[in-house]
Amino acid sequence: MIATMYTRWRRFLRRIMTRPRIDLPLAVGLFVLAVIGLVTLYSAGDGHLALVGGQAARFVLGGALLLIVSRISPSVLRSWTPWLYAGSTALLVVVTILGEGRGSMRWLDLGVMRFQPSELLKLTMPMMVAWYLHPRQLPPGWKDIMMVGVLIAIPAGLIAEQPDLGTAVLVTAAGAFALFLSGMAWWRIGALLAAIGGMIPVGWHFLHQYQRDRVLTLLNPESDPLGNGWHIIQSQIAVGSGGVFGKGWLHSTQSRLDFLPEHTTDFIFAVFSEEFGLVGVCAVIALYAFIIGRCLWIAMEARDTYSRLLAGAIGMSFFVYVFVNGGMVAGMLPVVGVPMPLVSYGGTSAVSLLTGFGVLMSIHANRKTHI
Amino acid sequence: MTCALVCASSDMKIQRSIKDARGESDLFRRRALVGFVLILLGLAALIGRYVYLQVSRHDEFVTRSTNNQVKPQAIPPSRGLIYDRSGVLLADNVPAFRLEVVPEQIKDMPALLAALGKVIPLGRDDLDAFNKQLRQSRRFESVPLKMHLTEDEIDRFAVNRWRFPGVDVVPYLTRHYPQGSLFAHVVGYVGRIDADDLNRLDPKRYQGTSHVGRSGIERSYEDVLHGTPGYELLEVNADGRTQRVLETHPPTPGRNLYLSLDVRLQKAAEAAFDGRPGAAVVIDPRNGQVLAMVSVPTFDPNLFVNGISQADYHSLTDDPDKPLYNRALRGVYPPGSTVKPFLALGGLEEGIRRPEDTVLSIGQFCLPGQKRCYRDDTRGGDGTVNMVRAIEKSTNTYFYKLALDMGIDRLSHWMSRFSFGSKTGIDLIGESEGILPSREWKAAHSRQPWYPGETVITGIGQGYWAVTPLQLAHAVATLAGHGVPYLPRLVMASKGVGEARRELLADPPGPSLISKPSEWEVINEGMRAVITGGTGKGLNDGFPYAIAGKSGTAERFSRTSDAYDTNKNKAYLASRHRAWFMGYAPADNPQIAAAVVLEAGAWGAKDAGPILRNIFDAWLAAHDGVIPDSQRLPTSSTAPLPPSPSPSPSPAPAAIRPDNGGVHATDAEDLPAQAASGALP
Repeated sequence: MIATMYTRWRRFLRRIMTRPRIDLPLAVGLFVLAVIGLVTLYSAGDGHLALVGGQAARFVLGGALLLIVSRISPSVLRSWTPWLYAGSTALLVVVTILGEGRGSMRWLDLGVMRFQPSELLKLTMPMMVAWYLHPRQLPPGWKDIMMVGVLIAIPAGLIAEQPDLGTAVLVTAAGAFALFLSGMAWWRIGALLAAIGGMIPVGWHFLHQYQRDRVLTLLNPESDPLGNGWHIIQSQIAVGSGGVFGKGWLHSTQSRLDFLPEHTTDFIFAVFSEEFGLVGVCAVIALYAFIIGRCLWIAMEARDTYSRLLAGAIGMSFFVYVFVNGGMVAGMLPVVGVPMPLVSYGGTSAVSLLTGFGVLMSIHANRKTHI
Repeated sequence: MTCALVCASSDMKIQRSIKDARGESDLFRRRALVGFVLILLGLAALIGRYVYLQVSRHDEFVTRSTNNQVKPQAIPPSRGLIYDRSGVLLADNVPAFRLEVVPEQIKDMPALLAALGKVIPLGRDDLDAFNKQLRQSRRFESVPLKMHLTEDEIDRFAVNRWRFPGVDVVPYLTRHYPQGSLFAHVVGYVGRIDADDLNRLDPKRYQGTSHVGRSGIERSYEDVLHGTPGYELLEVNADGRTQRVLETHPPTPGRNLYLSLDVRLQKAAEAAFDGRPGAAVVIDPRNGQVLAMVSVPTFDPNLFVNGISQADYHSLTDDPDKPLYNRALRGVYPPGSTVKPFLALGGLEEGIRRPEDTVLSIGQFCLPGQKRCYRDDTRGGDGTVNMVRAIEKSTNTYFYKLALDMGIDRLSHWMSRFSFGSKTGIDLIGESEGILPSREWKAAHSRQPWYPGETVITGIGQGYWAVTPLQLAHAVATLAGHGVPYLPRLVMASKGVGEARRELLADPPGPSLISKPSEWEVINEGMRAVITGGTGKGLNDGFPYAIAGKSGTAERFSRTSDAYDTNKNKAYLASRHRAWFMGYAPADNPQIAAAVVLEAGAWGAKDAGPILRNIFDAWLAAHDGVIPDSQRLPTSSTAPLPPSPSPSPSPAPAAIRPDNGGVHATDAEDLPAQAASGALP
């Protein structure tokens, strides 16, 4: 029994190594992005090679997971989906009960590493919505839309309660994109958005004071130059002083002189903008657009509804990362803890993103066969 | 199209087979394209924002980025100094030099440390602290490597300096305690700020500060001593190095403190212990000012200032006499017979006893209806005693009966007014509460009910009792001050730089515990008699003012055999006893009160008494031998009143009377009688 499992595992590993099911354009795009991330991190981290090495190790781990997940066929993933969703939601409940973290309860201490269950939902959420819509008549009616709404609301509510508004927004967006891609009628989308817009004043009531402060500070950062406004002002100074061509690699003054807080994690894009200027910003955003486009192309080529919705939702939620983080760095959106994907320093984010791209590779490998 | 067929049957059960795969795929394709267009619009908007910042407002942000090269840097305040009551410096700031390293300028750190270690010896403690701090600081910020360089080390480094670019000798102010170990417990010491401190201290106030008060006055008055940091605006270059100082806002130094302690009394008290573990607290009964607070053995607080070495620390913690333990504040001991004057006063206040009421002491006291009996110290008892005589002779039977008549509830309520069983409220952190026996205390700590026998032994300071030397000193000072309870205070005044000295007003005392002056006279007469004819006989010899006092010898263990009655070996007794002596002077107008405990003293009066007398001598010497507002003793009564059976030898103040080895009659200390089952012979 064990012997057969071992030989199967060996065969699985050998197939990964010898015949990787990789979409080359997507893989190249991700690789270039990771290199840009490491180069920027070297500068933002004040030349600490340990920081760069740690991040590189996470890329290696994420890459390995990408290769492994790419071998799991979408139909197998689909059969696992309800369990993965239920399991990750249960972990969220556990975190609420006994989690630890500074000020907010997001982390679960596994002894070896600390682990953020909300990170899992970024992947299991679109999987669950795709699983639910897969056998249903599409485009979905109100009943199915309501069901999907409940599936999104439970984990998103738990994450927002932690409180981690940034991740809650990302998870909600991932589920909503699957719904959008399933062909939900435009008038229904309009009605739903109008209803949500009407809820905003109510939602404001439920925000924590620090979250309200962040939104208010965004509207007038100069009112609090040493507190909440500090992030916004210093980040804009960094971006703005970069100009069209930037100050050059390793020449950002804002982060090196410690004016810019969080300059290796959430605000690393400010360092990038300062050093590489508008030209660099346009290049990186074009790269992100290419990756998203490639994801959507893979989705269109996918074999069944589940794969289509999942691939499309993963690709589109990648956009939310870029837009929220880029907007935050440029003082357009409030300060929420959303990293710049594959550029910001940080553990679980890079690993979970690459795992998500593993799903895309698998979907690509099992695409429609054009006869 | 097939769609028409399928879409029409919307109420049909959903099945995979009837799903329109091609239709769905087309729908998805359209949606994905629309989604991608929307995403491109979103990314275009984002780029628009960056164009706005990086092109339209570029010049503005370049200016602001340049202005950003001005950084504020904190200047730590210098810590307030601490003086004794006559201006002797107890805690000073002295300039010292430390070795600092700028990590950015070092190519090979291990090689540098190895080479540097040959010029200036670097201990493992230094290296550990350095490596820890190195990881936390930025590369262009200097990190201290070794504190408190000796002159020899500075000289040797100066000669070799060219070999070590990036390493420098930097001056700083460090705390120094010129009196060494004398005030280690009460003044305390400062220590390097560690991770735990960072969590509790206000980061704004402690920017640039390296030390914080760890114990004693240094800790209790941290807020006053610390001061407020200032800052300077530095222009930094692109590497973060300071180019010039643009503005300086000087810090406000911490306030200096003037303690009520007197270095002469403190010295005399410590010397009198001669290294034997114990504690003494001296209080001015007229205002609650603490004149001396000694805990023996002690330690050198200077060791802690720049980080104590592992070896030194272990030698302190492994010492069986626990030099780091502040016995005066935290040590708790059974008070023994020292509670008797307070109990007698309670009897008068509660109207349970008149001074002339007598009790017959026959050597033991038995509770009615019980076989258990409680002993007197003197075989056969002290005969018929009134209150004054009972205090003088420390007659247990008198106080057994008084405690029973008072009842435990009234007794503990009365005693609580002297701060027994609660903190005295002195301005030091870490005071012990001790234990005042009461029904409530026992209910909280045991399932057993309160027994009458426990009331009996509570009357002589045994049983659950536990008091600190500070509590007893506070209680005897309250008694000496005619019952007015002043809060014990160590800090008399504070003074900021360029300010007038500000006296810290003591809290107004509570109302006197004594309602009739005649009651005080009775207790005073009893405690005076202890010195003239009781256990403290001879303590007044050669001292020009009348001393009143009371000894106490508390047992640490219950008696299990009669060996105790026959074994007069002093070392044996010392291992079983705690010796107390409390007293005040002058008896007619008390101006000083003190309590002394000697952990391994055989007898309260013989062993702890002379320590108290030494303190009083030092106090008198500090006043040049004359105390204002007080009557001197008539010369005739300088000698002890009753002629002793044995002719009294020369009255040396320290050695009260030669120890005749016997424990008989009046000499027999107020030994607390434990329950001795069965009748005595």
